[in-house]
Amino acid sequence: MTERLFHRPAEAAQLLIRGAHLLDPRTGLDAAHDLLVRDGRIAQLGAPGSLEAPEGARIVEAQGKHLFPAFVDPHVHLRTPGQEYKENIATGTAAAAAGGFCQVIAMPNTAPVIDAVTVLRSLTTTARQQALVPTGFLASITVGLQGSDLSPMAALADAGALGFTDDGKPVVSAGILRKAMQYQRLAGGVIALHEEDPTLSGAGAMHEGTVSARLGVAGIPSISESTMVARDSAIARYEGARTHFQHLSCVESVQALAHWRDAGAPVSGEATPHHLTLTDEAVRSLDTRLKMNPPLRSEADRQAVIEGLRCGVIECIATDHAPHARHEKEMPFEQAPMGSTGLETAFAAVYTELVRPGVLPLALVVQRLTAGGALYGLPVPRIEPDAQANLVLIDLEARWRVGEHGYVSRSENCCFHGRTFNGVVQMTIAAGSVAYEKGKENRG
Amino acid sequence: MSKHLLSIEDLDREGIERILERAQSFAEVSGREIKKVPALKGRTVVNLFYEASTRTSSSFELAATRLSADVISVRAAGSSIEKGESLRDTIQTLTAYEPAAIVIRSPHAGAAASVAAWTDAAVVNAGDGKHEHPTQALLDVFTLRQRLGSLDGLRIWIVGDVLHSRVARSDISAFQKMGASVTVAGPPTLLPRGIEALGCAATPTLERLPEADVVYVLRMQHERMQEAFVPSLGEYTARYQINATRLRPGQLVMHPGPVNRGVELDGDVIDSDASLIGEQVRAGVAVRMAVLYELLVGASALAAVA
Repeated sequence: MTERLFHRPAEAAQLLIRGAHLLDPRTGLDAAHDLLVRDGRIAQLGAPGSLEAPEGARIVEAQGKHLFPAFVDPHVHLRTPGQEYKENIATGTAAAAAGGFCQVIAMPNTAPVIDAVTVLRSLTTTARQQALVPTGFLASITVGLQGSDLSPMAALADAGALGFTDDGKPVVSAGILRKAMQYQRLAGGVIALHEEDPTLSGAGAMHEGTVSARLGVAGIPSISESTMVARDSAIARYEGARTHFQHLSCVESVQALAHWRDAGAPVSGEATPHHLTLTDEAVRSLDTRLKMNPPLRSEADRQAVIEGLRCGVIECIATDHAPHARHEKEMPFEQAPMGSTGLETAFAAVYTELVRPGVLPLALVVQRLTAGGALYGLPVPRIEPDAQANLVLIDLEARWRVGEHGYVSRSENCCFHGRTFNGVVQMTIAAGSVAYEKGKENRG
Repeated sequence: MSKHLLSIEDLDREGIERILERAQSFAEVSGREIKKVPALKGRTVVNLFYEASTRTSSSFELAATRLSADVISVRAAGSSIEKGESLRDTIQTLTAYEPAAIVIRSPHAGAAASVAAWTDAAVVNAGDGKHEHPTQALLDVFTLRQRLGSLDGLRIWIVGDVLHSRVARSDISAFQKMGASVTVAGPPTLLPRGIEALGCAATPTLERLPEADVVYVLRMQHERMQEAFVPSLGEYTARYQINATRLRPGQLVMHPGPVNRGVELDGDVIDSDASLIGEQVRAGVAVRMAVLYELLVGASALAAVA
């Protein structure tokens, strides 16, 4: 089988994690246990205090902390190749590990675009040398993200691409998208779509609503996204093409997705922590960290995205981690590039804003934060004996201020900058190795 | 008041009145033979204009000069800005001259607020994109108070291209703070969705225009339009031009300039008794003197003026 996740080999963990509250929504585990990791695999679970550390195993005292299956992010921008001043595979995957992620999937809107086997091969080679957590890659649907000619999808899939996306841009032409969906029968992989009708979004820089009316900033209407979700769901059903909608942001998109899922279209969706927790009210400050695409929308939109996630119409949380250099974001709002970093804050943001106030159950959030790889056919991290250790240890009571100690990511354009969250990642184990340990990371 | 004037929201009614009373005393200075006061002697005011401007830039220059400040005027054309220097770097360069105030006009919303975060100088927003133009709103209120005494209970209609107008956004807020009610009217494609959240009414027709005490006409901003918002200027003129047939006696007409004569406003109206446009221009210097004075000298020393 083609290798589809790439990372730097690291020493297999030998750990006894003592007394943490284990929570895995898939196995039903929800209680305090000791957990033994041997040679990078989960060897044994036992009642608290019951397990002994074998020779060479390190003991981690974890009473009062929570141990979850580590998270999977199906949507990150690692900026390699070509924009390493924003992020690279080493720093981006270090940020992922710091946020509790054990797998990430990188987008192809790099320079050059991942539209050729040579580009993908150079990336998988780099990932084998640098990636701290297993990293998968999507290739572009169209050459150069130009929307006109199909990338060599089958060859790219053979070289390890998990799927195809022109993320950052929509596939404007329904005819081209249909051909990609037809060709997917040969190539395999999932088609992931950034949905936006550019004739509706125009030069918009934020959500079209009362705040944009006040600020005089051109708006991006919610229908610029939802009309494309509806259009492309119809094509996906017609062609039977496995299709995934990225970063859904508004009421109408969630409704369209629910409708087409019910109608039998093979479609799925993701939501970002920022669309789940922030609205366009936050943009009143014109802080460029809050500028992203799709934009932060209204409270009604936010509620619809939360409800979509709760009921499973939206099946996973994805960060859309989009690093930009300081000088790029230190621009007037309308000129600044779109995007926010998100790997280091994803769990804490959703936990603090939605779980602690009782909006969503913790188990559901853990399920949605670990579901993003399955849709691309990747194995789901689980806490059970003999599984590869993919674990995150989190102190839910510990509070921190975002950015107070800098960021692990090379960039600092985090939309949650300055907010205080609960939930501090203590340790991340990815593919059987310790990928992050609090206090031992490099911060910029 | 805060250290900067970035938005009309930085001021409450009392703050607006305080500035306008000071503007009144400066207007009297402007009537004298020697028009200068020594309030800002030895201090530097930078005027940084990233967009073409006649009224605003010249009136800020004159205002600072009449307060005896040293004035540096920087325009995008012919400066390092044109060579691609970023706003932040430009501000850092200008900050080396230790200006007391930076007056900035930018095509981008939030530019003045960004500058305020990067400098110790007081920052005056002289227009940021389609967002705000607070000194224009102050001089509009000043002009109306000069003519009518008060804005309380006044019905003001703002007519035309609201979508692209920073003046409209600052005026809607300022007029309401001063007790007026505001209606915006214009082609539906040029009324921003959600504008009612600012507290004004919105209508796509001029049917009820006779209700207005004041008709504030906006410039059709062709230069900001990359697509056709109205089928033709002819259709716009037929439906929305303010001319003698649409006005009733007693209504006052304002415009922030520059006017597209014969488009949004008929030439005869501009030159009629109903027009306050000339008074708006005359108010510009005194109001901008008052703003600079308020920010740099503060409420303590009105005596220095009298």
